[in-house]
Amino acid sequence: MNSMILRTAARFLMTLLLLFSIFLLLRGHNEPGGGFVGGLVAASAFVLYSMATSPAAARAALRIDTRMFIGVGLLLSLSSGALPFIEGKPFLTALWWDINVFGMTHIELSSPLFFDIGVYLVVLGVSLTMMLALAEE
Amino acid sequence: MLAAVPFALTLYFARWIGSSALPVRVSYEWAPSLGVSLSFYLDGLSLLFALLILGIGTLVVIYAAGYLGAHPQLGRFYAFLLLFMAAMLGVVLADNVLTLFMFWELTSISSFLLIGFSHQRSESRKAANQALLITGGGGLALFAGLIMMGFVGDFELSTLLSQGDVVRNHPLYFPILLLVLIGAFTKSAQVPFHFWLPGAMEAPTPVSAYLHSATMVKAGVYLLARLSPVLNGTTEWEWIVTTVGAVTMLTGGIMAFYQTDLKRLLAYSTISALGTLMLLLGLSTAEAQIAMVVFLLAHALYKGALFMVAGIIDHETGTRDVSLLGGLRHAMPITAVIAGVAALSLGGFGPLLSFIGKELLLEAVLHSSAMAVLVPAVVIAGALFVLVASVVFFKPFLGATTHTPKHPHEAPLTMWLGPALLASAGVLFGILPFLVDMSVVAPAASAVIGEPESVHLALWHGLNLPLLMSTISFVAGLGLYWAWQPIQRATAWMPNVFRIGPSYWYYNGMVLLYSVSRSITRLLQSGYLRLYLQTIIVTTIGLVGWTLVSRGGVPSITMSWPDARFYEVGLALIIIVAAIAAVRAQGRLTAISALGVSGYCVSLLFVMFGAPDLAMTQILVETLTVILFVLVFYHLPRFSRVSSLANRARDLTIALTTGAVITLLVLAATAYPTDQAISKFFAENSYSIAHGRNIVNVILVDFRGMDTMGEITVLSVAAIGVYALLKLRPRKGEKQ
Repeated sequence: MNSMILRTAARFLMTLLLLFSIFLLLRGHNEPGGGFVGGLVAASAFVLYSMATSPAAARAALRIDTRMFIGVGLLLSLSSGALPFIEGKPFLTALWWDINVFGMTHIELSSPLFFDIGVYLVVLGVSLTMMLALAEE
Repeated sequence: MLAAVPFALTLYFARWIGSSALPVRVSYEWAPSLGVSLSFYLDGLSLLFALLILGIGTLVVIYAAGYLGAHPQLGRFYAFLLLFMAAMLGVVLADNVLTLFMFWELTSISSFLLIGFSHQRSESRKAANQALLITGGGGLALFAGLIMMGFVGDFELSTLLSQGDVVRNHPLYFPILLLVLIGAFTKSAQVPFHFWLPGAMEAPTPVSAYLHSATMVKAGVYLLARLSPVLNGTTEWEWIVTTVGAVTMLTGGIMAFYQTDLKRLLAYSTISALGTLMLLLGLSTAEAQIAMVVFLLAHALYKGALFMVAGIIDHETGTRDVSLLGGLRHAMPITAVIAGVAALSLGGFGPLLSFIGKELLLEAVLHSSAMAVLVPAVVIAGALFVLVASVVFFKPFLGATTHTPKHPHEAPLTMWLGPALLASAGVLFGILPFLVDMSVVAPAASAVIGEPESVHLALWHGLNLPLLMSTISFVAGLGLYWAWQPIQRATAWMPNVFRIGPSYWYYNGMVLLYSVSRSITRLLQSGYLRLYLQTIIVTTIGLVGWTLVSRGGVPSITMSWPDARFYEVGLALIIIVAAIAAVRAQGRLTAISALGVSGYCVSLLFVMFGAPDLAMTQILVETLTVILFVLVFYHLPRFSRVSSLANRARDLTIALTTGAVITLLVLAATAYPTDQAISKFFAENSYSIAHGRNIVNVILVDFRGMDTMGEITVLSVAAIGVYALLKLRPRKGEKQ
């Protein structure tokens, strides 16, 4: 597709969509969202970009091979599940850490969050691996 | 550099030698709800194996650096090798039998990868497949046996070991025994499963030295030794294990007689040695178990060394055929000395640990009830050992120098260091047996026997019957060597007899299996997407519909105007209209857009009924699906009606039935009150336990995290599949 408007818009839209996907990923534990949806939004951001420009440009914008996301995501999920072993707890037990940020606010980190980030990466990688490969045909 | 890892671990485990703290048990919970834990157990037996695996592993890693040199796929090789090392350590250290099984399968898989390392060669691939199928098949039997044993006794070996009587007196004892034995026999290449081991010689020589002589093939021996306190002590055990061991011992020896390839010679003599170990395990006396441990240690040392020597010869001369080799003592004096010592160990004569092992073996056999059969068998096997030792040493190193494909040079230090250390360890432990007897052999033997045993080894036992028999087999072996080629020529028909052995049946079984699976595949995998869809839909609907009707699940339907808001009715109408439009559409784009409309409307319905997560995901999936369709558009043929009227009628029937059954299913699901306990649990505990207010997400990442783990794995595999189909197919005009 060769459209000036789409190309210009895609650049801004992609940034917005990617930010939105991370927003979805992080709020997932309490509000609608989560790694799966977040990953899909991120994937659609890149698909939009590839339609506006070219699959090769989308790959360049990604910088990393799409298959890498799958592997890293799986590994992250798996290792976040194995993390509880350190505390002698069973596989995939949720761990929570309350981190104080300079006495101003506090962040709750958890192993399910890392698990969800892994899901995000896998979904992103899987969708893009399929989509970009098809788009390149 | 890599060798540092196994070396450090060797040192770590070596510190446990003679420690009074043994046995040690470490446990991590894995899935407590299933009774599976990740637990490890270290006692004398596992310590001996751990030391062998890591010690020889260190030497093999060093050796492989010299052997493979600048091989382009060296990284891959080391990855597989270390994977195997970890898996094998897992096998011998596991306490939970399911953990043990997992590592057991991992050794089969890494062995498969290593045998097939030169995957461009069809022989390698064939041998790798064969090894995987046989050990993997045995693994399945073992799995069943272990599960049964776990339910009869306990899943933790440390507990199970004291429950021998419970297991032995249980009616399931015999099936358990048989299944476990099949697992052990396939892994340790016992007759009739022995034929995969010579095939495995396709692997690079460091692998043969490590997996297929020193460690992996002993996993079966380890398993039986480990379970000996549980399963041993019955006539079934004694009969089966002793008989199979003795037959394997003789078969391996006789088949070795007809080999001229160095590695195959050693492989058959390894089969023979594994048979001997099984034979000793079957005898179930304390002295037999001590003999087993000594023999095992000695064998791992000299056979590892001999394989590495065979690799050196192959590497330096370009051939492994003993009939082409000769006079190498001039070109490679260091290797010649190492080979001489290791071969002497194989022959089992001299101030060597293997000599002590052989004396103990003969002693144990002399005291058994089946002495009349076993003693001659052991003497014959011993003679064949001596023959193999002579062929391996005399043929390549002595005699006149022959012309070989490569001009031989002495091997580099990295290559002869490993075999040198292994061979000299055999001598050292032979001369000074007190170095190992109470510290290593006794704890290991005690673990097999089930009660503490003290062991005092000595090189010289006086002029007794075992020494006489040793001498007889030594002389007979030398005699056999002298008459080796004449006998081979005179009995040239023998290899043909072996050809109709188990490998023949394996081969024909595989041919049959392939043809059956080919016809099944032809039936199911027609290559037409429409047929796949039809098969899937008809099967699903058939099963669901049948269940609904037969279980009386069809709800009574009362027709009444639903209590719905006008926009809900509107949405439903849009969905119906879109569906009809999709069916009636004349072009692809219309059809897909219509499908998209109904999809978006469904997600709107989700929004209305309070499932924002579902709606959001549905919208995104819908969007991406439409994009996918658009992307593949270009490659599809023109949209035309090609199906006949009959076909269309059939499709209509299927579609209508599907719709009807699904409607009934949904109605049935809402008509019956379901158990609320689960959703209540999730709702109540979502925030208090899992700190999340979004129940859907909490279920996904926490409560049912394991399911999600499985799902993302499936997704990944699917993506790899699509990628492979699109990217790795041959392009137009390109050769397949």
